[in-house]
Amino acid sequence: MLELKSVSYEVFDEGKNIDIVNNIDLEVPDGEFLVITGPNGGGKSTLVKLIMGLIKPTSGTILFNGQNITNLSVTDRAHLGIGYAFQHPARFKGLTVHKLLSIAHGGDLPEDECCAYLTRVGLCSKDYLHREIDSSLSGGEIKRIEIATLMARELKLAIYDEPEAGIDLWSFSMLVEGFKDIRKGKKETVIIISHQERIMRIADRIAVVSAGRLSDDGPVNEIFPKLIDKLGNACDFRQKPEEQ
Amino acid sequence: MSELSRLDLNILDAVAQLHETPKGAYNIRKNAAGISRRSTENIIIQPKQNKPGIDIIIRENTKNESVHIPVIITETGVNDLVYNDFYIGDNSDVLIVAGCGIHNSGGEKSEHDGIHIFHIGKNARVKYVEKHYAEGQGTGEKVLNPTTEIYMDKNSYCEMEMVQIKGVDSTIRETSAHLKAGAALIILERLMTHGKQSARSNMVINLDEEDSSAQIISRSVAKDFSEQVFYPKAVGNSRCKAHVQCDSIIMDQAKIRSIPEISANHRDAEIIHEAAIGRINNDQLLKLQTLGLSENESEQIIISCFLK
Repeated sequence: MLELKSVSYEVFDEGKNIDIVNNIDLEVPDGEFLVITGPNGGGKSTLVKLIMGLIKPTSGTILFNGQNITNLSVTDRAHLGIGYAFQHPARFKGLTVHKLLSIAHGGDLPEDECCAYLTRVGLCSKDYLHREIDSSLSGGEIKRIEIATLMARELKLAIYDEPEAGIDLWSFSMLVEGFKDIRKGKKETVIIISHQERIMRIADRIAVVSAGRLSDDGPVNEIFPKLIDKLGNACDFRQKPEEQ
Repeated sequence: MSELSRLDLNILDAVAQLHETPKGAYNIRKNAAGISRRSTENIIIQPKQNKPGIDIIIRENTKNESVHIPVIITETGVNDLVYNDFYIGDNSDVLIVAGCGIHNSGGEKSEHDGIHIFHIGKNARVKYVEKHYAEGQGTGEKVLNPTTEIYMDKNSYCEMEMVQIKGVDSTIRETSAHLKAGAALIILERLMTHGKQSARSNMVINLDEEDSSAQIISRSVAKDFSEQVFYPKAVGNSRCKAHVQCDSIIMDQAKIRSIPEISANHRDAEIIHEAAIGRINNDQLLKLQTLGLSENESEQIIISCFLK
């Protein structure tokens, strides 16, 4: 179980404190598939970075399976079984896909297993194994490899920051199927930041983060209709005909 | 190789990946003298008469054969200047492994200056690998100043991998090449400096005839207080293509200068250069930390892959 207790993250900018994440309480039980959604700039990415330890909260406590991890390093959290797929993955000159997946796996990963992970993210070619993770890869390719690095690990909690961004429709379908498999397996807890309906629909629960706060939180069949309703009325042009 | 000690074998492993007597032709030079040599039917190695060094003569049409010519220096105060000339026959396809390792545990300077001249015949293909490495706790400097001249005949192909692994206090590398019609040259240079070491690499690649091409890829890491200077120059004298790429990671208090020069003396010469110096990206370190590596381990992986 992951527990966030009164977690805040403030930055000091132009002479004043700005709350990026403001006093959030959140519990994520083991095996849950949670989608975090909400407007851009609302604090979603900051919230998951706090969970991975990429940044430290200015106040509040984070517990993972009862252990206080608030001050643990990224490396220590990785050893506890927390994984993180970046929204904008880093590129590495000279580091091959095979090597990166082997590092993720924690030892040399046989080529056929590597290929199996790549296939799950829509990269079917064996050629990718020896490709370097440099600027020769497209944005979509590098995102898929990033997701494969989480699949190659034994995780207790997997965090994905907008995995769908930059991925074409074909690969997106494969990705959704991949997430469906993970959900069926229920082996790891999953937190995904997403704006995609197809990903939200496979969630157990949706949390809406906006203006640094948890503005809504509940089972998918309760939250999802509310989101559609809100979006439907988002601007005058999209109002329902009877209201015009 | 019974006359070689464990220390010698360790150095041979580092510079030439040799664990036993190499297959094919070889010449092993230790402390400024040749100690072991073998020629084969197609590859003749003979000592020079008037100066230190060897001629390596590869017959026409020699295919899939290799030559190993490692140099080891295990004594302090050795100053070894050697001239090696390679005559690579038309239509041959060979691997040449050179390299020099210095173990200097004394207080005097040990230096090896290898002057290599390659004459590559028509349609010949050569892969050349040269590794430089030094070790030893003594205060004596370990210096390697290689000079490489390459003359490529029509439609020949040459790939040179030149690597300085670690431990060399001072190096000045001079490389020059002349390419005839259709010749293609690839140079991969990898360099790491640490401590107070200094390294300079000057290269002049002359693309003299039509449809010749060259690709120079230089990657380096400078740590501690070390200093590096790169000065690769591509000169297009005909219809040709060349690409020069210098990429460096800078750490600690190190200094790097990178001055790629491109020069065209013909309107159909297409020459491009790219140069970049930067520190290890924080996003790279964080990604590897999320996979369970420490910051230090992440740094080592990033550097070793970059220089691979």
